[in-house]
Amino acid sequence: MAILSKDEAQQILKKVIGFSKADGIQANLNGNDGGNIRYARNSVSTSGEDSNVGLGVQSYYGKKSGTATINEFDDASLEKVVKRSEELAQLAPENPEFMEPLGPQTYGGESKTWSEQTAKITPEYRAQAAANSIGPASKKEVTAAGFLEDNRGFNAMMNSKGLFAYNKATGVDFTVTMRTNDGTGSGWAARTNNDVSKINTADASAVAIEKALSSRNAKALEPGKYTVVLEAAAAADLVRLMLNMNARQADEGRSFYSKKGGGTKLGEKIVDERVNIYTDPWHDEVPSSPWAGDGQARKRMDLIKNGVVSNLFYDRYWASQKNVAPVPFGGNTIMQGGTASIEDMIKDTKRGVLVTRFWYIRPVDPQTLLYTGLTRDSTFYIENGKIKHPIKNFRFNESPIIMLNNLETLGKQERAVTSEGNPNGLIPSMKIRDFTFSSLSDAI
Amino acid sequence: MKRRDFIQLTGMSAGAMMMPFTSFASPVELSRLLDPLMDVQQKKQLADIALNTTKSLGATYTDVRIGRYLNQFVITREKKAQNIVNTESFGAGIRVIVNGTWGFAASNNVTAEGIKKTAERAVAIAKANSKFQNEPVKLAATPSYGEVSWKTPIVKNGFEVPVKDKVDLLLSANAKAMEKGANFVNSIMFLVNEQKYFASSEGSYIDQDVHRTWPNFNVNVVDRASGQFKSRSAFSAPVGMGYEYLDGKAEDKIEGPGGIILYNKSYDIVEDAGMAAEQAKQMVTAKSVEPGKYDLVLEPSHLWLTIHESVGHPTELDRVLGYEANYAGTSFLTLDKWQSKKFNFGSKIVNIVADKTQPGSLGAVAYDDEGVKCKKWDLIKDGILVNYQAIRDQVNIIGQKESHGCCYSQNWSDVQFQRMANVSLQPGKEPLTPQQMIAGVEKGIYIVKNGSFSIDQQRYNFQFGGVLFFEIKNGKIEGMLKDVAYQSNTQEFWNSCAQICDERDYRLNGAFNDGKGQPGQSNAVSHGSATARFNGVNVINTGRNI
Repeated sequence: MAILSKDEAQQILKKVIGFSKADGIQANLNGNDGGNIRYARNSVSTSGEDSNVGLGVQSYYGKKSGTATINEFDDASLEKVVKRSEELAQLAPENPEFMEPLGPQTYGGESKTWSEQTAKITPEYRAQAAANSIGPASKKEVTAAGFLEDNRGFNAMMNSKGLFAYNKATGVDFTVTMRTNDGTGSGWAARTNNDVSKINTADASAVAIEKALSSRNAKALEPGKYTVVLEAAAAADLVRLMLNMNARQADEGRSFYSKKGGGTKLGEKIVDERVNIYTDPWHDEVPSSPWAGDGQARKRMDLIKNGVVSNLFYDRYWASQKNVAPVPFGGNTIMQGGTASIEDMIKDTKRGVLVTRFWYIRPVDPQTLLYTGLTRDSTFYIENGKIKHPIKNFRFNESPIIMLNNLETLGKQERAVTSEGNPNGLIPSMKIRDFTFSSLSDAI
Repeated sequence: MKRRDFIQLTGMSAGAMMMPFTSFASPVELSRLLDPLMDVQQKKQLADIALNTTKSLGATYTDVRIGRYLNQFVITREKKAQNIVNTESFGAGIRVIVNGTWGFAASNNVTAEGIKKTAERAVAIAKANSKFQNEPVKLAATPSYGEVSWKTPIVKNGFEVPVKDKVDLLLSANAKAMEKGANFVNSIMFLVNEQKYFASSEGSYIDQDVHRTWPNFNVNVVDRASGQFKSRSAFSAPVGMGYEYLDGKAEDKIEGPGGIILYNKSYDIVEDAGMAAEQAKQMVTAKSVEPGKYDLVLEPSHLWLTIHESVGHPTELDRVLGYEANYAGTSFLTLDKWQSKKFNFGSKIVNIVADKTQPGSLGAVAYDDEGVKCKKWDLIKDGILVNYQAIRDQVNIIGQKESHGCCYSQNWSDVQFQRMANVSLQPGKEPLTPQQMIAGVEKGIYIVKNGSFSIDQQRYNFQFGGVLFFEIKNGKIEGMLKDVAYQSNTQEFWNSCAQICDERDYRLNGAFNDGKGQPGQSNAVSHGSATARFNGVNVINTGRNI
């Protein structure tokens, strides 16, 4: 039941809209099936599956709205949920920021977010992914801990103004950490995709094992400013932090994107001119739903163009206050890369640090987008164009804005994975000068 | 892509979308929050179907959790009630051991047929995984408690308080903040009710009704000319109490150093919002800190987070053993340090306990999510590491026979695992007030309320910010500072603990949303302490010019 086709969803939603007696109505129908496996200490620890489907109905009278939900879909239940939402709307306080639902939208055809292969993942596939880590690890005096999670789901919405939107999507996320049994080395790898046939858990496990073995017996290096080569995962960890480009917060003066003296940084150059970041729901490698949560159509749109802020996100209410067109949040992030490989960037570095990933990044000052965090799972010292030896982890205090002003080289784009969740995006590896490491950590 | 990306809630403002909804929570109407939905006997019948199904398929152990998770969010900004959201999540999670291997499945189809199917799936998953099992599960014994129940001892059920009263209270707080010079204020009332039914193949049938309350706000002052904006969050704590926490009784107000007002077992949100605006204005012109070594005087509304990150997490046995290696990380408190019985975690005055029963705390329940009766135990005794936090399938690894009773799942849809109990620093034994403590500090900083935080994956190196910082010079508070963060190493830091105020100053703080696990789960946990002094800690300046 959890995955309804477009026709099945449309049929249910039409009935819901038909029951409405309010000024207007909007209904959202969503479902999801998911599964996961988790392993540690070279053994499977937990694993599970879950399934859910639900209908949410919002009715409104003027600027008063009420929402009710249900997970039964016979006619009587549908009528009941509509009636409940109408009762609630009549009791609700007026919301001065309430926006009437959108009329019909054009989304440009079927999205690319569904993979039949991913939808067919079985418990046996998940168990094999664990085996692909545990087997090779045990042979090399290494201990594997990892996690694979897959989902298939759909979202549909319809309203009394004639809008209907439907999308279905699949996804699979895999992460693995390999630690040497003597506790002196650790390596990590992560993969994410809509299409499971594009990820290889055995290859990722091999990468993590290699990192664990080569990071053994790290030496301490003095904290300070260093040239860094950031693998794509490390770069993505920091780049994502500058993309909460909310226009309202900026207009209100409480965001990095606010301008001193008033207004926003829209149109201002904030980073190196080689930085280009955009969103595009139709991108082949990182497709997203062609519509945002409120039903607005997503389209290809620049966020940062040649280092300049090209767009901020305006919700419909704020856009109406500012007399501009609303700009919905994108469903993915693509940062243009260059042609340099990690090896090329190392070769060009006299003295620097190779960061494979960061960890526990938290905001310090929202005004300058200053963040703190640490390197983790394999960090190396570079000298005269070569990796010299593994080094102990560092804590950094740095802003992605300062970092992208100190850009030396852009590497190749990769599917973005980060230390705390995988954004739907492509981010390149990069070389940065004067990156601020402020203390040493003994953590391995 | 995460499962929650598929869940799109209707009628949500941007503010509401940022709220920490648990998986599968759906908006519901108000009346439904007070409807019991299903009685205990119906739940028992359904649980028995699961227990019989899994037993017939070869499970050697099964537990069933039929859970109903209710939340209410009342969200306002300045003069506007932005959103009132009631959510409900109802379903069942079934966990089994087959061939020495865990299997888990969950569904929101809470019917006899749905439960049976879910039970069959849990067994199938355990069987699939058992092929790669190298470490068969060993469960510590726990008594069978029969049919028992427990409820958070609340005075006022927040869900029964009219929504209008909550909106009016928040709007009064907002108005006070604006009157005192705030440019913006966002406020929220967040109520939680977990109705948890647990049944196991060992004969326990446990019905628990857990309540939590968290009023919170964020006041912003914007100085357009200098381009600065400053925030001051509420001095409230999330609590394991009912709506009585909002009574703001005079006896629960504490006059702290630097002219600040702090709160104990009840909270005055309107008064605090006014103070917040005044303090946020002062932050704009506060002196930027000179980096260097300072003696830190840490108030309980700040110190709780340092305890949480540097003591709570590294004493979790699953981290020590490597079960969290792929995400949250491991721990520097390795088994050899515990076995030595002389690992100096902190100075001799440092005594830290874990407690799942403390009244008013977020973690308080009578039984954990695998049917073990909850208790209090020592983690750090006179500065020495003496124990960990462990559950049924782990205690055998440290040679203990009894689970500590700290197993938790955020929802019926998630598998339960070891989660942090309330972990608290015990007050000092000698009479000492914060004012007396400050009088003895030559060069220091008094820090109030938690701010920025970050710690490494083995919990050695950390950096913490705060909300209010006061400079202490020769025993006196001189004025407000800004751009302050301190960095230290856990063992070094706790060994620099020189003084702890007495029990009169002991208060609880905490968080609704401690994250751990894959898939990630939230845990609500409190941490108590009195104001404490740490000598010679490294302070950095976080100001930057862009």
